[in-house]
Amino acid sequence: MDFLNSILVKPFADMAGAPDFLLQVLWEGLVAGVLYALIALGFVLIYKSSRIFNFAQGIMVVFAALTLVGLHEKGVPALLAVPLTLLVMFILAVVIERVVLRPLVNQPDMILFMATIGITLFLVGFGEIIFGGENKVMITEQLYIPTGSIEFEPFGGFVSIEQKDVTAVVGAILLVAGLILFLNRSKMGRAIRALGDDHQAALSVGISLSTIWVLVWFIAGVIALVTGIVWGARAGVSFALEVIAFKALPVLMLGGLESVLGAIVGGLAIGILEKLFEIYWGQPLLGGNTETWFAFVFALIVLLFRPQGLFGERIIERV
Amino acid sequence: MLYRTVGQFKTSYHADHALFPVKQDAWLLGFILLIAFVVLPATANEFVFNALLIPVLVYALAALGLNILTGYAGQLSLGTGAFMGVGAYACYKLVTIFPELNIVVAIALSGFFSAAVGVAFGLPSLRIKGFYLAIATLAAQFFLVWLFEKWAWLYNYNSSGAIQVPNIDMFGLTVAGPNAKAVVQYYFVLCVVCLITWFAINITRGRIGRIWKSVRDMDIAAELVGINLMKAKLSAFAVSSYIVGVAGALFVFLWRGAAEPVLFDIPLSFRVLFIVIIGGMGSILGNYLGAVLIVALPVLISFVPGALGLPVSSAMVEHLNTMIVGATIIGFLILEPHGLARLWAIIREKLVIWPFPH
Repeated sequence: MDFLNSILVKPFADMAGAPDFLLQVLWEGLVAGVLYALIALGFVLIYKSSRIFNFAQGIMVVFAALTLVGLHEKGVPALLAVPLTLLVMFILAVVIERVVLRPLVNQPDMILFMATIGITLFLVGFGEIIFGGENKVMITEQLYIPTGSIEFEPFGGFVSIEQKDVTAVVGAILLVAGLILFLNRSKMGRAIRALGDDHQAALSVGISLSTIWVLVWFIAGVIALVTGIVWGARAGVSFALEVIAFKALPVLMLGGLESVLGAIVGGLAIGILEKLFEIYWGQPLLGGNTETWFAFVFALIVLLFRPQGLFGERIIERV
Repeated sequence: MLYRTVGQFKTSYHADHALFPVKQDAWLLGFILLIAFVVLPATANEFVFNALLIPVLVYALAALGLNILTGYAGQLSLGTGAFMGVGAYACYKLVTIFPELNIVVAIALSGFFSAAVGVAFGLPSLRIKGFYLAIATLAAQFFLVWLFEKWAWLYNYNSSGAIQVPNIDMFGLTVAGPNAKAVVQYYFVLCVVCLITWFAINITRGRIGRIWKSVRDMDIAAELVGINLMKAKLSAFAVSSYIVGVAGALFVFLWRGAAEPVLFDIPLSFRVLFIVIIGGMGSILGNYLGAVLIVALPVLISFVPGALGLPVSSAMVEHLNTMIVGATIIGFLILEPHGLARLWAIIREKLVIWPFPH
């Protein structure tokens, strides 16, 4: 009885007892969720257009952030470093398409997945040789990202919201809006979606596979840079950032591998739920640090009821 | 010339389906076993045992377990490291609770714990497929590693949070622990690996193996011809996790000597997966070839700068190593997506018809 009480009643009593703290927790979860959603978005774009499960998205985030900071350290002004980093990400996309993907067209999904793990390892080694393994500080101020915090007092309590988190959320919303416009309105965006629907049909109406792949990997690189900037502003830039790539995987499971909407909803849901679980159940009952696995277990349970995720394409199997 | 099959007539289907339809294969295997059991132990030193020979065997065994699941039954798993951990921790608990238990029995039993956990985490495979399942196995990976850290009973409440292998004797020889000799450990691991490989070869050639393969190739079709998918998938998870668990117990008890939870984290899972992919999915031989490559490559790379007289720091060597391993994986996938085992199959075919082109 005591046990049930501590699982089912006490956490909710805590939430109701300190609504300002709950709000703070929800906000922290939301910001984390936005970042998970951004990484998941990179995965989804590549998966949709090429059926490649791109494991390298996480390291691309690190790589983009490190390039930006590294360029700035070399004396390049911050606002010039951003387009230069984009150029680097473009070159990376071209190289990946030329060297890795083109020879592997038509291989089973598994092989392409392994190839992206190969890319991950290569970029980890390459990045550490060039930029060193130590933690770096994101150039927040140079990019004119506000760093103060907004404080207000709902329910007679106290909630503090960091301005850079607000910037992150706004930036993510703008990025997603731009992306959706691009995918739905522009010719290139339509070509990407066409390729996602049916490879052969898209090829037969003259859509170039290699151009689109470069484009998609470049967009994934842009998303990686944005993610790297906002996450780096919160936690510093280092190879430890790579673990957030794993955080995006349950988001993908939850939202469905092909759905842009799913990536966003899944990201927010997982960000908020894992924070709530950690604060109200994990720390008092399980010894904390439950964030490493909660998202996976949660997604797994949802998947038992909906094997294609919340927004994924219905899996139809024929013999 | 070496592989001339002329004159080796088969007079029954049974003979045609024998393990070695060509005599030279049997000789080759005998030769390799001779090297493994006699030549290597006689010539190798402590460093070679600990840095090359034992790791190759342990990793090959783990890869064999994963290969049964992924290569034969078609269920992609990214949680191998955690299942190795279950085997290792189970073995540790068995050895510390029952100190008079024979180490062979302890290791054999620890595999069952791993198999049980594997079946539990294999249950979602009945509903979830492909990459969704791969990510689902990551749930096992992260949850179990977290459990190894938080559940103090597992490491007997010691302050370091790591498990230390005590000295364990068997028939008057120390086989595990700080006092064990590397050559003894090598023989121990080699015997276990040979035994399990023999078991795996036969299980994959038989009825169960064919059921797994049909599930891998198309599970709906397999179900339509009357295969019980639940039994097939769960048995693959059980057998695979058993082997992986035994590999995990060997990993800690016969090689590392101590282990903390981080050791079983995702890089270990990936290393085993690399071995399977580079070696060849759905091949027993491939696990050994892949393990040799993945274990030997870093050791070789770390020697190159010294041999060339280049002043390269050890951190640099490590980074270069990561890079080269990544590039090697990509290279192998492009050159031979079916792995080293297929490469050997091609070479063997060429040798059989040599000197003729067809």
